[in-house]
Amino acid sequence: MSQPNKLRPDLQLIANLIEPGSRVLDVGCDDGALLNYLVNEKQVDGRGIELSQRGVNASVAKGLFVIQGDADNDLLEYPDNSFDYVVLSKALQAMHKPRDVLISLLRIGKKAVVTIPNFGQWRVMFHLFTHGRMPVTKALDKTWYNTDNIHFCTINDLFDLVEQEGISVKEFVPHKNNGTRLNMGRRRANWHADQALFLLEK
Amino acid sequence: MGSREGHTATLFKESALTLDSGATLSPVNVGYETYGTLNADRSNAILICHALTMDQYVASTHPITGKAGWWERIVGPGKILDTDKYFVVCSNVLGSCLGSTGPWEDNPETGEPWGLDFPVITIRDMVRTQAALLDHLGVGKLFCAVGGSMGGMQVLEWLTTYPERLHSCIILAAAARHTAQNIAFHEIGRQAVMADPKWQEGRYYGKGSKPDKGLAVARMTAHVTYLSEDALTHKFGRNLQSRDALSFGFDADFQVESYLRHQGSTFVDRFDANSYLYITRAMDYLDIPRRYDGRLADAFAAATHVRCCVISFSSDWLYPTVENKRIVHAMNAAGVPVSFAEINTPHGHDAFLLDEPEMDQMLEGFVKAAAKTGGLTP
Repeated sequence: MSQPNKLRPDLQLIANLIEPGSRVLDVGCDDGALLNYLVNEKQVDGRGIELSQRGVNASVAKGLFVIQGDADNDLLEYPDNSFDYVVLSKALQAMHKPRDVLISLLRIGKKAVVTIPNFGQWRVMFHLFTHGRMPVTKALDKTWYNTDNIHFCTINDLFDLVEQEGISVKEFVPHKNNGTRLNMGRRRANWHADQALFLLEK
Repeated sequence: MGSREGHTATLFKESALTLDSGATLSPVNVGYETYGTLNADRSNAILICHALTMDQYVASTHPITGKAGWWERIVGPGKILDTDKYFVVCSNVLGSCLGSTGPWEDNPETGEPWGLDFPVITIRDMVRTQAALLDHLGVGKLFCAVGGSMGGMQVLEWLTTYPERLHSCIILAAAARHTAQNIAFHEIGRQAVMADPKWQEGRYYGKGSKPDKGLAVARMTAHVTYLSEDALTHKFGRNLQSRDALSFGFDADFQVESYLRHQGSTFVDRFDANSYLYITRAMDYLDIPRRYDGRLADAFAAATHVRCCVISFSSDWLYPTVENKRIVHAMNAAGVPVSFAEINTPHGHDAFLLDEPEMDQMLEGFVKAAAKTGGLTP
């Protein structure tokens, strides 16, 4: 069993926002690293959804409860307000219907924690501008035809969608790929941040 | 493991077993096998619920066929269900024919075999009988109840009927209700048995012949539903059986025909035709959501402490993923902790009995984690 106290920096940013003892659904929980941390260090009642068999098996071996499935379809089956937090980490851009998924997150959870790779980051924009081709960077490491990321957005784009849906942003944490927080507002962050975390509430 | 003398417990001697139909049975014999040892605090018992035509010989040699136990891959010393650590119980279901009370047994009132006078039973009646057997063996709470196919249906009824007696459970390739297609295939099987003149309205016992032809056809039909088109194509294709050309007759020209005929003819040596009617009927009557006004989640309301694992198989069209997911979503809605995976396999429904490494990995992880929370050494 893995040691739960050392967490990947971007996951640690998420974990910091979760109230101890709450109910958490991690959508796309991968090998269960975040859930395992939350269960052991914050005594949450944690559940996961994961597409890959590898991820499900790794999570189950940690004693976690994970359902194999995809967010586009399976979120519809969860009752309203059944979780305090629903986490969607770097997966919104891979959804077929990101808007519907976003709405589902806040139907199932009282709060949603969403992190996105920021397509507006200057290196990405620079790559597109100078090469005239879809960027392939460390954070976005697949070419356009084989990427799972079918709905890229920028920090500004997500702010727009959230406002359009009447969702409020309780916390906004732009950060680098290594998890370092950037102390800046959304305009500068849209240019500088590799990723951004949003704590959302209806 | 070697061959051994089968155990039989005689239960419901003083107070009869009341069945879902309202009929009563007394006494009730239960054929069973155990493996491993019950620990001092009686916390290491695992109940394995078998499928339609399986039996209690889960990890010991079958007394009639001489074949190895049907799940020795999973149950045994050092295996995923480790008999060095766990006390494993597997009993022949009520209505079956390997030591448990069923239509083949004498009706105590007449001294004649029951035949069709035997009361129709349900999956829940099987589970009530298992619970009484566990009482008899001194097992209160189960560390885990495990079952595939009809075994999984029994585990579901354990969850609805005795949730307080469960720490964890594993349900493989199952469903909470029989669909029209499930019932249809079973009806074909039953009609095949009943169309055999040797069936004689079920009164064939002691007459020197039995409805082997009908039961064999029932088995052949059922066997196809346990496989998949891919599995059949891969295994047999259009290959011919012991010949170079078509016979232009009705011999078993094709390997697949020969295979099915063999499956049918060996089945009748180990199974009773009336038992087959009764057990398929029990499965057809399964409709757990109906007992809860269509809300399956309500069936699991008292099971929120039970750690559950549900597994389906991608090519299983008998109890497909959608039926297994129905169970999972209901558990989720009820707040039951559940893990689920659909194992990618071409092997159809039978995959739960076969070597499926992804399934094994999930089972092993689940059992070890459950052991840790159940106060057992993983």
